Amino acid sequence: MKHLLDFQDWDRTSLEGMLETTQIMAEVLDRPVKKVPALQGFTVCTAFFENSTRTRLSFELAARRMSADVLTFTASTSSTTKGESLKDTLETLEQMKIDLFVIRHSASGAAHLASRWTDARIINAGDGRRAHPTQALLDAYTLKQHFGKLEGLEIAIVGDVKHSRVARSNADLLVKLGAKVRLCGPATLLPKELEQPGVRVTTNLQEALEGANAVMALRLQLERMSTGYIPSLPEYQQTYQVNFKNLKHAAPDAIIMHPGPMNRDVELEGNLADSSRSVILKQVENGLPVRMAVLYHLLVGKK
Amino acid sequence: MRIKIKNARVSPNSEARDVYVNNGLIEGFNLDGTFDLEIDASNFLLSPALIDPHAHLREPGQEVKEDLQSGLSAAVAGGFGTVVCMPNTKPVIDDPEILRSLIAKAEKLGLARLLPSAALTRGQEGKLLADAAALKAAGAVMLTDDGRTNEDAGVLRRGLEYAHALGLVVSVHAEDASLRGDGVMNEGEVSERLGLPGNPAAAEAARIARDLEICAVTGARLHIQHLSTARGLQLVRDAKTRGVNVTCEVGPHHLTLTDSKLETFDALYKVAPPLRLQSDCDALLAGLVDGTVDCIGTDHAPHTKAEKEQDLLEAPFGIANIELAFPLLYTHFVATGKLSLEKLLELMTTGGAKVLGIGEPKLEAGMPADLVLLDLNTKKIVDPASFKTKANFGSPWAGQELTGWAAKTIVRGQVVFDASSS
Repeated sequence: MKHLLDFQDWDRTSLEGMLETTQIMAEVLDRPVKKVPALQGFTVCTAFFENSTRTRLSFELAARRMSADVLTFTASTSSTTKGESLKDTLETLEQMKIDLFVIRHSASGAAHLASRWTDARIINAGDGRRAHPTQALLDAYTLKQHFGKLEGLEIAIVGDVKHSRVARSNADLLVKLGAKVRLCGPATLLPKELEQPGVRVTTNLQEALEGANAVMALRLQLERMSTGYIPSLPEYQQTYQVNFKNLKHAAPDAIIMHPGPMNRDVELEGNLADSSRSVILKQVENGLPVRMAVLYHLLVGKK
Repeated sequence: MRIKIKNARVSPNSEARDVYVNNGLIEGFNLDGTFDLEIDASNFLLSPALIDPHAHLREPGQEVKEDLQSGLSAAVAGGFGTVVCMPNTKPVIDDPEILRSLIAKAEKLGLARLLPSAALTRGQEGKLLADAAALKAAGAVMLTDDGRTNEDAGVLRRGLEYAHALGLVVSVHAEDASLRGDGVMNEGEVSERLGLPGNPAAAEAARIARDLEICAVTGARLHIQHLSTARGLQLVRDAKTRGVNVTCEVGPHHLTLTDSKLETFDALYKVAPPLRLQSDCDALLAGLVDGTVDCIGTDHAPHTKAEKEQDLLEAPFGIANIELAFPLLYTHFVATGKLSLEKLLELMTTGGAKVLGIGEPKLEAGMPADLVLLDLNTKKIVDPASFKTKANFGSPWAGQELTGWAAKTIVRGQVVFDASSS
């Protein structure tokens, strides 16, 4: 595969191969010397048209750990604020002989458009509400690490599903890998059209959590109140906050996940996020080997 | 100049006649005498030139997208002899002076006839009525705030009443702005999967329902532009049954494309109202057949390549299609037996004339010689590079093989488009 835009064209075997490579990369990161020459001579450019320092740093460190040269382009310090288009920007950057772009953009489909406009490889680091495939991969890896398998797991994803690329990508990937997904949130933030084989949609939190092996809370943008999607923060907390109280409906060994950044005590009870049930920091840690694996697969191919 | 159009048929099975054109008028049939030009129409169908009640020609102010020269050249290449341009220009066409200068410029160009529409409200802001009587005197044939939606129902009501007294039709872009929200495509399974803001069919239907009530209470002439939904069409159908004084149009894209095209993320498919479902396309076609739809309006809406190469949130709404309207509808619906040729021609000639309240075109002696020869046999692949419109960088239908291309277009008795020499 040339690009990682979403999971549409990826089959289960290559996705499982990616998780295996992630395992190898994680072992590299456990060594005293954490750098390998795998991508020496390759140039990776992170092109972030929407701010996300954490994701960008994770990609850049992943590329550097494999000895690639890294260029950073962020829109706030660049020509796009002067009116240059996405296409012009990419075409200009490509003249610097970029082998791979990591693209973050506020519009769904931006990474797809980019793949048509450049010969370089593309990793979608988040496009609008559509996809965030490396986040889903690191979630899948974290789940596999914890449970030893994905087949048969029941994953509840709770919150602002409508605006969430994390929810869409996880629903795609986890189902491909044999898990089942329940999407849950207030009706205004939960498109019923996302229901498909392996994906259940419900506005009832208890129903979503019933017997779930993992519960992922999604960040609630506080602007959802001012734009009239939900009535108030207290009502949201009361109805959809993932906390110790409603976690009792889930499987006894259920784990807690969050893609970050978290609104502590809004979508997720802070003490629960800090508890032994939480794998949130593990998710962050796994971001690095996952991104190393994806970079390696796209630039060098299967090992 | 006297033109003899030899062996002209008005339908594939009718008797061939020689049509004589002189001094801008149809002189008569099977006459004698000398002529300056002879056109052999043996392989073509003769029709009154097409009438488009809805096109964006972008002049004044947005000539980078289109101007009268390019837009009217595109129109005649599409077989159109008369085009109604929309007033959402920069500045807005709400001033008689702008209207006069546009008409004068179009006359000078000598391509398709330009019948401008003018803004219903000053600056199309939906608040204060524009000087409708002066605009009519300057040549406006329709009042509309198209490009915007009329959110204030009271203003629309008074605008309709005022315009009706002047004998002017008011047309509306019927979408409820608050339901449409920030939608960039049809709301449904595709938009939710793609994570793109959706615009529900209910935004159109709700606004049409409101406007039909206003139309009924005023008795004024209302024209609903570019219907895109089955539900919107049904509301119009019901209103017509009740005798409400409403007409409506449908555009080629809403009949031939669906929201699944947005899966390419290509802004060529971004249009307002948005591309809907196949069931909507089918309902609109049924509306053409049963007469609920009064006319085809292209809503030709050219933009620049750079504008359309933006992402789907940023790119502007609009599809350039005036050169393809007849070939598309002929190929998709007439050639497949779903719509009669006679009905399609009616929708693209007399239909628009009736909506506008202008003289209906007829192939009779003494009528203006605005004619088109349509080639119903030659197949041609859509190649945007050959377009006359400035929006010649791409097309939703690029690569499709179509028939029904205009061979020659005659306006005011002059050949203004000739496919064999263009």
